Amino acid sequence: MTTFSFQSLTRRAFAGTALALMTALATPLAAQETVKIGLIASLSGPSSKSGEAITRGMMLAIEEINADGGLLGMPVELIRRDDEGNPGKGLTAARELVQREGVAVLFGGLQTPVSLALVPYMNQSQKPFMGPWAAGTPITKNGAEENYIFRVSAVDEMVDIALVERAMSVHGAKNPGMMLINNPWGESNEKGLTAALEAAGLPTAGIERVEANDIDVVPQLTRLKEAGADAIFMVANVGPSAQVMKSLERMGWDVPVVSHWGPAGGRFSELAGPRAKDVEMIQTFTFSGNDSPMAAETLEALKAMFPEIKGPADVTPAVGIANAYDAMHLTALAIKNAGSLDGPAIRQGYYDIETHEGLIKTYENPFTPDDQDALGPEDYVFTRFIDGEIIPIE
Amino acid sequence: MIVSTLITGLALGSMYGLMALGFHITYAVSKTVNFSQGSSMMFGAVMGYTFMVTLGWPFWIGIPAALACCAVLGLVVERLLVRPFAARGSDAWLMATVAGGIVLDNVVLFTFGKEPRSLPSPFTESAVEFLGTGAYPLQLIIPVVGLAIALGLTLVTTRTKLGKAMLASVQRPEAARLTGVNTQTVIAASFAISAVFAGVAGLLIAPLFNVSSGMGLIFGIKAFAAAILGGISSAWGVMIAGILYGCIEALTTAYIGSSYTQIVSFSVVILVLVTVPNGLFGRAELKKV
Repeated sequence: MTTFSFQSLTRRAFAGTALALMTALATPLAAQETVKIGLIASLSGPSSKSGEAITRGMMLAIEEINADGGLLGMPVELIRRDDEGNPGKGLTAARELVQREGVAVLFGGLQTPVSLALVPYMNQSQKPFMGPWAAGTPITKNGAEENYIFRVSAVDEMVDIALVERAMSVHGAKNPGMMLINNPWGESNEKGLTAALEAAGLPTAGIERVEANDIDVVPQLTRLKEAGADAIFMVANVGPSAQVMKSLERMGWDVPVVSHWGPAGGRFSELAGPRAKDVEMIQTFTFSGNDSPMAAETLEALKAMFPEIKGPADVTPAVGIANAYDAMHLTALAIKNAGSLDGPAIRQGYYDIETHEGLIKTYENPFTPDDQDALGPEDYVFTRFIDGEIIPIE
Repeated sequence: MIVSTLITGLALGSMYGLMALGFHITYAVSKTVNFSQGSSMMFGAVMGYTFMVTLGWPFWIGIPAALACCAVLGLVVERLLVRPFAARGSDAWLMATVAGGIVLDNVVLFTFGKEPRSLPSPFTESAVEFLGTGAYPLQLIIPVVGLAIALGLTLVTTRTKLGKAMLASVQRPEAARLTGVNTQTVIAASFAISAVFAGVAGLLIAPLFNVSSGMGLIFGIKAFAAAILGGISSAWGVMIAGILYGCIEALTTAYIGSSYTQIVSFSVVILVLVTVPNGLFGRAELKKV
């Protein structure tokens, strides 16, 4: 039988730690030849398509920035890490990118739990963090005295008001229920939806949870149905959202489903089956049905950069691309304003942005110390999946 | 609500039971288990998708081919991750099988792809009316398949030469060897059968869920809970415990609320083990002193 020696492990562990520390300390952070921008996102798993979309948006913007001479006389370089949707892995990757790679700004946190795990570390490190996807309210409204967290994306509390308004005005909902993913993103929206329903004077038929690996959510939906739910607010990523729609199909329950943008991040049409098209989901941008010249130009640029993109249907989810594209250009302006790669200076640089013509809209003073979210309810649009393409609802 | 909930619970529980049978069969023969059983389940679903969707093979070739791949996987697990450690009397097979599962999950992640896929089945195309509620035909088929496999396993172990050889291998290894039973082959066969059971579970659950590299982890954990709950030494015990576990989950969700599902179901496992340490249907081992 093999024997296990704690003593030998301790010596090895000590040697390994010492070597790692020496390597880390020896890394010349200031002597970088490129402006490094980090990205931490789900690059594998059910939401990987969203991670790829963010990557594409950033790469396109970086190519344009580099073609224009780069930043501070240096080319911009993107360094990516996969968090697998895991907050612990996200935090480890953030430490690596900030401490070892010396990134100037860190993008990321596709999922709210990952972003929330990164917020204290980024504020403590005084490194700007840009969120191009995760919508949890406390990500930017985190209570820090010096807040380094910025976002070009939807914000849960505002999305929730829009969801309630749509359920009431379009579907005449008087007793809606909630199907929420069982994680901090679900909790964030439970608060937002409860507050929005209270403000609208509506009760809720019930609040049910769905797990990432739930195969059948008929029991949860049956509870809502028996409580008289006349609409469902759905807040979940691609996999569990698909299971909700499959379970509704099994029950034969034809109830309006008004959703946060979770289903947009993957093969929702394929996974959810025939009921996929019934989901009305909020987005901040679509290429389909968008007649702005900049949208057309960006789509052409994407086709040139990624040959697998043939048309609007191939840039799903478009929000990931658009949010990341605009966020990268806004970040470039912040670095130019700062004139250095110093974290506090870049943070001030974000506040100093006056006007920027972006893909989603023209930004006017997008960030202030009181509001570090560049997008608001006026930028939201309701959409649905038709044949795998996200189409705005007229 | 009760019928709809029980359909959910029976289908899910049968999956747990089927995978738990895999834990049972290797334990019964060699006192070891394959902790990468969840990965074996995922492997069955991924190979099924590859053969039937990617390559377009008909199901009557695709399903046996996927299960054959699972059998080979089981043999590899036994040969590389269990036998070398068990032969030295070490319990390191426990960690080796866990690590093997993680390796397999990641290999599939990089070869099969990052995104979950949908495995179409004629039994999930539309729901049917059953006892006043909607159900996919597959949800009704799964418990039948699970119970049939448990029955088949019982018949094989009690009525056939192979089954008796398997039991003899664990009860009297030396005597079995002297009577011509190749115990090592029997143990390897038990791991192959165990992985095939997991593969069957994967192929059955995939059309209701999806196919992805990470799909087996949570099933593997719950199936092991079912195996312990039922008493890992009893084939019928683990199958019934699996069904019970699935029904507890579904009933808790329906009548108490989904926030409490995991708390209640795992608390029941703990409570049962405190009260009946060998599981609901298991027997304490005799120790000669």
